Amino acid sequence: MLNYVIKRLVYMIPTLIGMSIIAFTIIQLPPGDYLTSMLASMADSGANVDPGQIERYRQIYGLDAPMWEQYWKWISGILFRGDFGYSFEWNRPVADLIWERMGSTLGISLASLLFVWAVSLPIGIYSAMRRHSVGDYAFTLLGFIGLAVPNFIMALVLMYFSYKYFGQSVGGLFSPEYAEASWSWGKFVDLLAHLWIPIIVIGTNGTAALIRILRANLTDELNKPYVVTAKAKGLPEYKAVLKYPVRIALNPFVSAIGWVLPELISGVTITAIVLNLPTAGPLLLRALISQDMYLAGSFILLMGVLTLVGMLISDILLALLDPRIRFN
Amino acid sequence: MIAHSFIDEAPETGPAVSALKAGKPVETAAAGPWRLMWAKIVRNKVAVVAGIIILMLYLIGLFAEFLAPALPDTSRPQFTNAPPQELRLFATQPDGSQQFLLHVTGYTMSVDQASLRRSYVIDESQVVPIGLFVKGAPYKMWGLFPADVHLIGPLKTSDTMYLLGTDKLGRDLLSRLIHGTRISMSIGLIGVSISLLLGVVLGSISGFYGGWVDMIIQRVIEVISSMPTIPLWLGLAAAIPLTWSPLTVYFVITLIVSLFGWTGLAREVRGRFFALRSEDFVTAARLDGSSERRLIFRHILPSLTSHILAVVTLALPTMIVAETALSFLGIGLKAPVVSWGVLLQDAQNVRTIANASWLLIWPAGAVVLTVLAYNFLGDGMRDAADPYES
Amino acid sequence: MQTQDVITERQSDAAAGDVVLKVQNLSLDFRLRTQVLHAVRDVSFELRRGETLCLVGESGSGKSVTARALLRILDKNGAIASGRVLLSGKHGDIDIATLNERSPELLKIRGGRIGLIFQEPMSSLSPVHTIGSQIVEALRLHRRMDKKQARAETIELLRQVEIPNPDKMIDRYTFEFSGGMRQRAMIAMALAADPEILIADEPTTALDVTTQAEILDLIKRLQVSRGMAMLLITHDMGVVAEVADAVAVMHFGRIVEAGSADAIFHDAKHDYTRRLLGSTVKLEQNQRATTHAEPAATTREPVLSVRNLSKLYGASAGWFGGGSHAIKAVDDVSFDLYPGENLGIVGESGSGKTTLGRLILRTVEPTSGTVTYFGQGEPVDVTALNKRQLKTFHRDVRLVFQDPFASLNPRMTVKEVIGDPLVVSGKAKGAALEKRVGELLELVGLDPMAMERYPHAFSGGQRQRIGIARALALDPKIIIADEATAALDVSIRAQILDLLLDLQKRLDLSFVFISHDISVVRYFCDRVAVMHRGKLVEMGTAEQICTDPQEPYTKSLISAVPNPDPRHKRMMHRTRFTA
Repeated sequence: MLNYVIKRLVYMIPTLIGMSIIAFTIIQLPPGDYLTSMLASMADSGANVDPGQIERYRQIYGLDAPMWEQYWKWISGILFRGDFGYSFEWNRPVADLIWERMGSTLGISLASLLFVWAVSLPIGIYSAMRRHSVGDYAFTLLGFIGLAVPNFIMALVLMYFSYKYFGQSVGGLFSPEYAEASWSWGKFVDLLAHLWIPIIVIGTNGTAALIRILRANLTDELNKPYVVTAKAKGLPEYKAVLKYPVRIALNPFVSAIGWVLPELISGVTITAIVLNLPTAGPLLLRALISQDMYLAGSFILLMGVLTLVGMLISDILLALLDPRIRFN
Repeated sequence: MIAHSFIDEAPETGPAVSALKAGKPVETAAAGPWRLMWAKIVRNKVAVVAGIIILMLYLIGLFAEFLAPALPDTSRPQFTNAPPQELRLFATQPDGSQQFLLHVTGYTMSVDQASLRRSYVIDESQVVPIGLFVKGAPYKMWGLFPADVHLIGPLKTSDTMYLLGTDKLGRDLLSRLIHGTRISMSIGLIGVSISLLLGVVLGSISGFYGGWVDMIIQRVIEVISSMPTIPLWLGLAAAIPLTWSPLTVYFVITLIVSLFGWTGLAREVRGRFFALRSEDFVTAARLDGSSERRLIFRHILPSLTSHILAVVTLALPTMIVAETALSFLGIGLKAPVVSWGVLLQDAQNVRTIANASWLLIWPAGAVVLTVLAYNFLGDGMRDAADPYES
Repeated sequence: MQTQDVITERQSDAAAGDVVLKVQNLSLDFRLRTQVLHAVRDVSFELRRGETLCLVGESGSGKSVTARALLRILDKNGAIASGRVLLSGKHGDIDIATLNERSPELLKIRGGRIGLIFQEPMSSLSPVHTIGSQIVEALRLHRRMDKKQARAETIELLRQVEIPNPDKMIDRYTFEFSGGMRQRAMIAMALAADPEILIADEPTTALDVTTQAEILDLIKRLQVSRGMAMLLITHDMGVVAEVADAVAVMHFGRIVEAGSADAIFHDAKHDYTRRLLGSTVKLEQNQRATTHAEPAATTREPVLSVRNLSKLYGASAGWFGGGSHAIKAVDDVSFDLYPGENLGIVGESGSGKTTLGRLILRTVEPTSGTVTYFGQGEPVDVTALNKRQLKTFHRDVRLVFQDPFASLNPRMTVKEVIGDPLVVSGKAKGAALEKRVGELLELVGLDPMAMERYPHAFSGGQRQRIGIARALALDPKIIIADEATAALDVSIRAQILDLLLDLQKRLDLSFVFISHDISVVRYFCDRVAVMHRGKLVEMGTAEQICTDPQEPYTKSLISAVPNPDPRHKRMMHRTRFTA
């Protein structure tokens, strides 16, 4: 088991390197570099630009060095000093800005993941066991619609309905009176009242996908001989199904973390922009539009790392769940 | 001990069956794979309807200039955020009788002095006659042939007809939606073609050579598919300089969208390639003396194509949604290009939607309908992709 | 329909012959997409305490679904159309056919009074639960035990089914068991609640012949010692002869003949029973001895010569001092094949016989050794051929596959499939191709008109004929047949073998016939080579190997083959081989 975990960790390294290269590429992509932007903003504000100063900065940041050296400077800063670079828009180190936002991103993603699991498990089992029943068809249709409506459109629609029928604006995570207040029961309830819309918006796609997968998998498993064996043993049908095939059909459920999590984080990003939630999304978009690239790149890198950690956890859970994986 | 008994009849030659439905069974012995697949898809009514819808959408995109009653960017400041007008068949004549006359009713506009907001009220007395194949604003069909005939429009050029309402600049939403169909549907198609090319080429290389080539390609796929797509798209799209022409932006956005869509395809191709390579019939063909090329093109690819088609169909909506999302956020396509995403950009805040809900409903409806149709069609195709499994 | 009583001999022997289960006029219908399949029609039989009834039939005869109907575990689209399944009890008979699907009575019967063993022990046991937990579950369902008692009882059961180290094996998973061990565990599970009736559905079909003998032996002993009634479902007349007291022969959903084992084997009345027996018994003789009088002369030049051929797997993979983990799939094998000769390669799964065939064709590259082919002109060292020369070699030496479904491209017409080698080698096209394909189809006994059809329109046996026609397309000298008849029903099997023999006579072919089935090899081959764990352990004429084996392994192998004659049971006093 330990071997397995170590092997997974080692496998993660090249993927991590790949991700960091992509993030770095995005940082480097806009024309000009960090200093050009700084110069532009300094010129805008009418400050004096000292050519010698510029040259010194160039050397400090190694902007004339070859690409790989710049990459190394950037990545080693992150790895060894937790230094993600500098946000010129906020005039603060990137590291000061990202953690809180990443925390709320993670929190909402996990809440959505729980929602996805909680909803798709019973529906998936029901649909597989009562194939071609009215309920199954209803869920299948709902699933198709859930897959077809993009996050941000659903967010807009829910926002509209909530505005129209409840007369409340649903942006943000807290009502104004709680926004700055310290934690209390009232604040928590207020949070839940705000959280349900983003969670439904973010989770619907994944729920629909997972229901379909679970239904297909379980249908396959239900026809396997070992289910007949369990029945022939004298187990009642629901027990025979819950103990054996569901257990095996859970595999894709757990491994779903691997692909649902990137989707959820994607979903959080765009939904948060629409619903104005204090997660990484709005800040990322703003950073990208104003070309605050170190901030943007750090967000992209961290979101990638987050999904990778999710995949690692799903792999480990999977090994715990299925002895065949554990032993090979 | 058991008694020895037997049925005193000749052995039967086949299992006993009784038909559920009348009619003779379909002759399939000499039917090729495509015919079997077609027969299987046609049985799936939902997929057929979905396919027809998609075909219609492409036709709308193809003949956008002709189908749109107006030009997409003609704005009339006196009709900003005007609500949809209802198309009516019968008009009340001055003598009180009803007579067939295709028409819409006009608006009366009033300005609320306090908020300076305009509101429009349907005015039954204003009859705007509508005709089919009318002369309207001149356009160039496909940018080539000058023409001025529109499928539907007001008979008098000075009249207006807003079947789906107008946007904040007083542009006809229906015309914009029709032109947006062209952009959005084609982005999906072009994007998926690039994805397909990348996916099939890299997937086959990976599946064919195996070894370290396969390893590297697999790693790349893993990296790309484990990055959350929307932040990545945002990052790349934001780097597009504002100075580029709309057409360039269109292609670059398509490229970005497809750059991350090929991984699923490549996985599918590689997986099936590997599986097929070890199939008995491929080994048989190799022993028959087939070259590697013949093996791939005569034996492996024909078994793959139907699966690839299905996966492509299922991948198409992702591309369309991606473009829509980027444009919606303001870093994708930009005016004067019109796509569904660009249209949705006008529906970004609750207040706008509350005042002019049609700005959300129609473009969003178009996106959802398209995605739904693609998913249903793709599902049907996937189920039919292997007509030989029992 | 008219039933004739032939023998009205009834044993009035009390307890041992008590009827425990009576099936009366059972009919089962299955709803398919466009039609209803009457899978079982009007079937009646009785199970008696301490006796074994064998339900025998080929695929599609309805024998398995009959067994499942007794426990009401049919697939969703199947239903009991009519008939009764009466299980005798203290308070009169219970009709299983009318019990509610979810009723506790039915659940008590399943596993409690009727135990069931399936064909495929791997897929019949849950892969994610330990063997022990699955047996414990059965125990606790039907017998009031706490966990500790159940565990102790499970170990005892595993001991009874002769699993070594039962106290350790109880915590293992199915994939850690060998096929035979899995089936033993399955038996332990079926016996957990001490049922009165044991249903065994093809319990040994997935197993090697020596394992089959052990498992049959075990089942039989347990049945007798526990006084159970057994319903054994099988397609193998040999197995029937070894274990059956009574036999019912099923054909397309009906029991066409039933009687005591002796009556069925020695006094068969129905045409189908005779046909079935005929094709089985036929395979007990050596056809070659009668049709091909001249023994393979060792003085002649061989057509193919294999010397010291070996294949190691896993040896090259290790930078970490591998090699020690290498598996010798084929280990230093040498033999000659003479013109016009049929050489059988016999072995159980994992013996390396299939790999050997692939090595000769070089679809798998040998690790060492040589294969020399004596075609026209100079002898050719096959192991040294380049790609292009190998193609020429593949024209002379052809392969016939085991699976008639997987080996034909479903997307090509029969003409394209058979014509492919002709097209590739540039030997024929257009009208000439069509003519040649027509000839080949006729040669293998198929209608040339069928060449525009796709493989899905043909049955398993017909497809195998298509595969043979493809192999013959280039006028080969040698055909390597890799389990070419293993996937076929016994009557079809005999037909295909006769076709091959006939072709050999007409086309002057040599065969390397790879098979796990001793009787098939005995029927078809002049000489037989026996493989065990990659090594060629014994080689001799088919008669000598089958009647007078020398090596201990061969002896155990041959003695494990069931004999299709209840008067001469073979397996019960077989030779065991321990290595």
